[in-house]
Amino acid sequence: MATNRAKAFQSDDHPWVRPMDLRRRRRPAESLIQGFLLVCGALSILTTIGIVVVLGKESLDFFARRAWENTNKSVTRSVSEFDGVLQISDTGQAIEVGSALRLGDEIMLVTAMDGTQVQVERGLEGTAVTIHRQGTGIFRGQWVSLVEFFISTKWNPQIGQFGILPLVNATLMTTTLAILVALPLGLSVAIYLSEYASLRLRSLIKPTLEVLAGVPTVVYGYFALTFMTPLLRQILGRDVVQIYNTASAGIVIGILILPLVSSMSEDALSAVPGSLRQAAYALGATRLETAVRVVVPAAFSGITAAFIVAISRAIGETMIVAIAAGAGPAFTFNPFQAAETMTGHIVRISGGDLSYDSIDYNSIFAIGLVLFAMTLSLNIISQRIVRRFREVYE
Amino acid sequence: MSPAVTSPQPDQEFNVRLEQRRRGGALWRTAFQLSTIVGIIALTALLYNVMDSAFGYVAVENSVDPASLAIGGVPLEEQSKDQLVRVLQANVSAGLFRRFEDDQPFAERGRDSVLALILERVVEPQVVETWSLTDSLLRRSEVLAEAASSYPNAIVRFEAWIDPDFVSTPQSGDPQRAGVRTAILGSLWVIAITIGFSFPIGVGAAIYLEEYAADTALNRLIRTNINNLAGVPSIIYGILGLAILVRALEPLTSGTLFGLTDPTSANGRTILSAGMTLGLLILPLIIINAQEAIRAVPGSLRQAGLALGATRWQTIWAHVLPNALPGILTGTILAVSRAIGETAPLVVVGASTFITVDPDSPFAKFTTLPIQIFQWTSRPQDVFRNLAAAAILVLLALLLAMNASAVLLRNRYSRRLSG
Repeated sequence: MATNRAKAFQSDDHPWVRPMDLRRRRRPAESLIQGFLLVCGALSILTTIGIVVVLGKESLDFFARRAWENTNKSVTRSVSEFDGVLQISDTGQAIEVGSALRLGDEIMLVTAMDGTQVQVERGLEGTAVTIHRQGTGIFRGQWVSLVEFFISTKWNPQIGQFGILPLVNATLMTTTLAILVALPLGLSVAIYLSEYASLRLRSLIKPTLEVLAGVPTVVYGYFALTFMTPLLRQILGRDVVQIYNTASAGIVIGILILPLVSSMSEDALSAVPGSLRQAAYALGATRLETAVRVVVPAAFSGITAAFIVAISRAIGETMIVAIAAGAGPAFTFNPFQAAETMTGHIVRISGGDLSYDSIDYNSIFAIGLVLFAMTLSLNIISQRIVRRFREVYE
Repeated sequence: MSPAVTSPQPDQEFNVRLEQRRRGGALWRTAFQLSTIVGIIALTALLYNVMDSAFGYVAVENSVDPASLAIGGVPLEEQSKDQLVRVLQANVSAGLFRRFEDDQPFAERGRDSVLALILERVVEPQVVETWSLTDSLLRRSEVLAEAASSYPNAIVRFEAWIDPDFVSTPQSGDPQRAGVRTAILGSLWVIAITIGFSFPIGVGAAIYLEEYAADTALNRLIRTNINNLAGVPSIIYGILGLAILVRALEPLTSGTLFGLTDPTSANGRTILSAGMTLGLLILPLIIINAQEAIRAVPGSLRQAGLALGATRWQTIWAHVLPNALPGILTGTILAVSRAIGETAPLVVVGASTFITVDPDSPFAKFTTLPIQIFQWTSRPQDVFRNLAAAAILVLLALLLAMNASAVLLRNRYSRRLSG
C-alpha cells in the first residue's frame, strides 16, 4: 500500500521529487517528552495531595490517640479470663458506660454498670484476655475530642490538655498587630507612590522597599528581639513589657509584610486608567479626592486581595514569633506578655530529635492542619475577590 | 443672626470649602509621605541594628595570664612544641591530658595545634562584656573607663565579629572561635540539591502549561493549584518533608538504600531531605516565573520553527527555551534566594543543632546559615547575639550577590529584546 502511494508521487515529469509520505508520523520521543512534562506539571497536584493526606492522616492519629488516665480505682476481686463483670472500688473518678478501660495490658469496653459492678467486653483492640489480680489499677481511656480541641484554653499534650485556643489566640494577636501596622502604612505608601511621587522617586523607593521583602525572616526575628523589644521596654517600662512578647513580634511582622501590601496595592492603583483621574480633575476634584474617592475604589479588588494575602502571610509567619514571641503556650490578651503561636510551637517542639510515637509528633500535624486551613481559605477568598470584583477597563 | 441674612453667597461657601479641601489634601499628602519614610526608616533600622552588633569593643578575661606560662623568659608564642606540651601537662588535670592524648597522640600533633589547645584550655579567654558599635565609636572613652573599672584584669579590644576567620572556621561552643564554615557549606549543599530538584521539574511544568496544555479541567486544576501552593506557609512544607521525606522515605534520604551505613547517619534528617523540602517550597515560584518568561517569547518564533518543519519539541528546545532562558534564570535565582533564607521548614525537617564537621555527602547531617543565626539568637548570652549579627551579614552578602546577578541577567535580557 505505502509503496503504491509513494509511486503515485513519482511522476516521470519530475524524477527529482523524492517519494513523500504525508501521513502523520508517530514520534515516540516527542510523546515521551510531552508525558514527562505533564508529570512535572502534575507533581504540583501531588504536592497538594501530599500535604492534605499527611496533615489529615497524622491529625486523625492525633485525635484517635488515647491518653490513659488513672482513675484511682482498682478491682476489688481478682478477674479470671472468663469473667464478664468487674467488681470495682468506690473511690476515684467515675466510669461511664461506653468508656474504654485498661487493666494491665488488656483493654475493655464498659457495656453496662450497676454501682460497683461493671459489665465489660474483654480483650478489645487485639489485646490478650488475661487474669487480673485483686487491686489492679484501672485506667480510663480518653480521646482528644474535637470540642476540647477548639474550646479548651489549655495546651499541654503531655498531660492530656488539648485546647488549641492559646496558640490560635497568640497567632491572631500577632496577626492583628501586624495588620494594624502594615495595612494603613502599606496603603499610604502605595497611594503616595502611585498618585503623588514622581517617576524617578518611585523607581528609587519601590526597589528599596522590595529589599525589605527579600530579607530572610530569621533576620527579622533577630531585629524583633534585639531592637523592637528593647525599644518597647524603654518606652513602656520594663515591668509592663516582658522580654518575649507578642507585641514586638507583631509589629515586626507588620514591617515584614509592609512591602507586600504596598507593592501589590501600588500595582492595583497604577492599573487604574489615567482617564478616570483626568475625569475627576476635570470635575474640580483635588488630588486627594481623586486618589481616595476615585482611584482607590476603582482598584478596590486588587487592594483587598493584597490585604488578604498579607494576612495569610502574617498567620503563617514563623521565625519572628519563634524568636521573639516567647516559648510556652499562654492564653492571654495582653500583647506585652509572652505567648506561643501555632507556628512558634511547631518550631519549638520539632527542634531536635522528635520521636515518631510521641503525642508531640502527632500534635504538629493537627496544628499544621488548622494553620493550613486558615491560610488556604484566605488565599482562595482573595482569588475569588480578584475574579469577582475586578473592574475591567478596556 | 436671622435666617434671612446668613446664607452666604454660593461662591463664598465654595471658597471656604476649597480652602478646607486644600488643607486636607496637604495634610494627607504629608501623612502618605511620612508612611513611606517610616518604611525606609524600618529598613535602615534593621541594617543599623545588625551592624551595631557585628562590631564593637569587647572585654576579654583570661583564666590564666599567658605571661605566667613563659618558661625561663621564653614567652608562650615562641616556645617549642615539647615545651608547649609540658606547659599543657602542668596546667590541666591528668585525666584531661590523657583524653587529649587519646583523641590524637601529641607526637602526631603539630606545634600550632598544641598552642591552640593551651590557649583554649589553659588560658581560657572569656568574653565578659561586649559593647555596640555606636557606643564604641561615640562614647569611646566612657566605654574604656567602664571596662577598666568593672573588669580590671580584662583586655579590652575592638572586635570585628565578622572576619576571614569567622567564615573559615567551623562551629564551636566558644564564641571567640566559633565560625560559620559548616553552616555556609551546609547552605551550599542544600541549595545545590534544591536547584537540582526544582529547576528541571519547574521549567518542565512551565513548558507543559504554556506550550502543550489545552484548556482542560486537569490543566485548569494544575494552574489554580500552583497559585494556591505559592501561598502555603513554609512551615507546612517542613511538616510535609518531615512526614514524607524524613520518615516515609527514610531508606532513600538516609542513604541506606545505596548501601551507606554511616554511623553518623541522621535517620533521614539529611541534606537530601532538606534540599528536596526547599525544592518543593520554591517549585511554584519557579513555575510561575518560568511561565511568564516563556509567555514573553513572541509567537512568531514558534510559527517560524513549525513552518520550517521542526517538531513541537524541536521548536521549543531550539527557539523558545533559548529566548526564555534569561527570564527563567532570573526567576529561578530570586526563588533560590528565598530558599537560602528559609529557616522554619529546615527546623521542622530536623536541622542539627551543633555540627563541627564539614558535610561531605547528600546523606550527611546538616545545618545552614539561617539555622545557625536562629540558634545563636536564641541563646541567652549576649555574646552569641554578636555572632548572630556577623552571620546575618554573611547571609545578606550571599543574598546580595545572588540578587545582583539576577539584576545583571535581567538587564542583559531587556537590552537584547530592545536591540
